[in-house]
Amino acid sequence: MSILNNLINGISLGSVYAIIALGYTMVYGIAKMLNFAHGDVIMVGAYVCFFATGQFGLPPLAGVLLAMVVCTVLGMVIERLAYKPLRQSASLAVLITAIGVSYFLQNSALLLWKSDPKVFTSVVGTGSVKLFGGELTITHVAIVTVLACVVIMLALTWFTGRTKMGKAMRACSEDKAAAQLMGIDVDRTISMTFAIGSALAAIAGVLLCSTYPSLMPTTGSLPGIKAFTAAVFGGIGSIPGAMLGGILLGIIEIFAKAFNTNISDAVVFAVLIVVLLVKPTGLLGKAVREKV
Amino acid sequence: MSKFQKEPTKLVPVPSTNKIPERDVDKSPILEARHLGIDFGGLTAVNDFNMAIGRTEIAGLIGPNGAGKTTVFNLLTKVYQPTRGTILLDGHDTAGKTTVQVNRMGIARTFQNIRLFSNLSVEDNVKIGLHNHIGYGLFSGLLRLPGYWKEEKVAHQRALELLSIFDMQDLANAKAGSLPYGAQRRLEIVRALATNPSLLLLDEPAAGMNPSETAELMENIVKIRDTFQIAVLLIEHDMSLVMGICEGIAVLNFGQIIAKGTPDEIQNDPEVIKAYLGSGKGE
Repeated sequence: MSILNNLINGISLGSVYAIIALGYTMVYGIAKMLNFAHGDVIMVGAYVCFFATGQFGLPPLAGVLLAMVVCTVLGMVIERLAYKPLRQSASLAVLITAIGVSYFLQNSALLLWKSDPKVFTSVVGTGSVKLFGGELTITHVAIVTVLACVVIMLALTWFTGRTKMGKAMRACSEDKAAAQLMGIDVDRTISMTFAIGSALAAIAGVLLCSTYPSLMPTTGSLPGIKAFTAAVFGGIGSIPGAMLGGILLGIIEIFAKAFNTNISDAVVFAVLIVVLLVKPTGLLGKAVREKV
Repeated sequence: MSKFQKEPTKLVPVPSTNKIPERDVDKSPILEARHLGIDFGGLTAVNDFNMAIGRTEIAGLIGPNGAGKTTVFNLLTKVYQPTRGTILLDGHDTAGKTTVQVNRMGIARTFQNIRLFSNLSVEDNVKIGLHNHIGYGLFSGLLRLPGYWKEEKVAHQRALELLSIFDMQDLANAKAGSLPYGAQRRLEIVRALATNPSLLLLDEPAAGMNPSETAELMENIVKIRDTFQIAVLLIEHDMSLVMGICEGIAVLNFGQIIAKGTPDEIQNDPEVIKAYLGSGKGE
């Protein structure tokens, strides 16, 4: 039964990674940049929900919605102030800026909310479903997390494939200049991508802290890196790839932890290295052929 | 097809003296470039470029390789900001406008090297051209409100109608990148038309086409002009196409216009012959 338990925990953790990875992969696909501040947006989302439900007594759902609104605005502001002026710059400059924004968010959180860990109250309670006479326990949080992940995946697939904004995003990811000449406002499309990615980050933050209730200014940092790994693992730029990468990474991590807690992260990254050696574009990534 | 028809027009014979076709003379030109020029560092790529295009004219821009023809297209579409000069589109100055804004003002283009969204379907490529004419917002799209379904239906029908110009409606679900070369070129034109332009810029539309494909393309360019009542400016090396359908031609060499006129005038212009063939004095 412990294998099944681990599998369920792995899928649940992987779902959180997947939701975060979607933000990385969408922004990369469209703006062709790695937004390393994405992990810290998660942390901000979790804090907003924490204060909204804890101190202001809002119902959990309202707390999540408020976190999404705040993160959406935050994501768009970060893009507008930090990344947009660098649109024509070298990608290295944007990368360093993203790392800068990440530290800025962490330290602002430290200043505002102090370093002591807050105990996050799960938005779906602490109940669980017991199966097989109590041998298998599935927490409500795990169920909600996996469901949220599936719903988000389906909604995003539909959004990018079937709506005009989604199509504009795919057009921008293929050829920005051509999209612009067809009358698509690339700046607005990129801003929209950040908005969607950041709203998802808020959901991920709340779900993450509902499972692992200790909330600190650095809470988003490691899950952010792991989710980035998941996005690369699945093939960066690909939405199904981010999902697959996230869930596999979560499962691998939990099983490695069950085997030996100290080396779990090493195992995760070792798997990434092996996958990239065998398939450099990631599991579902498309090979980009250089034109000769 | 009749949906687009504004009023029936018949092709007016090529005028001999006017720069603009006779039927357009009394109307203001759709495009006027005045003393247009651009420098890249110390290199003057285009200089003192003057051109007027009638509202329903098919005009040609020709010249040897590297003469600056595509640069002119990039200036007109604001991919490059001109160093000097003015561009008037339908009488409105496009100074300070962005690529997206001039597209909305009515300029659409195709590319010398095909730049379709090759991983998207044929229909989606056209719908991206329709982007600014689909009227639902993000939220009704996300929530699938009735407005979304209505507008998507209109867009779908409009896309199929546009594709039918080139008899491509059956290919709507194919991936754009998987189309044969000629079909990709035609799709680029349809995508540009979807943005509802009043001036269509075609950058080497017949490149890589065989003579029968080129002949069909010529018919289609004229057909597009007639049904949509728009102006077309095309860059082309295929002289059968240029001399066959263009009413006015400008010849560019080293970034400057060296001749302007009707196909007959251009074919007999000594400057043009010199630019293409050399002066014959042992250069």
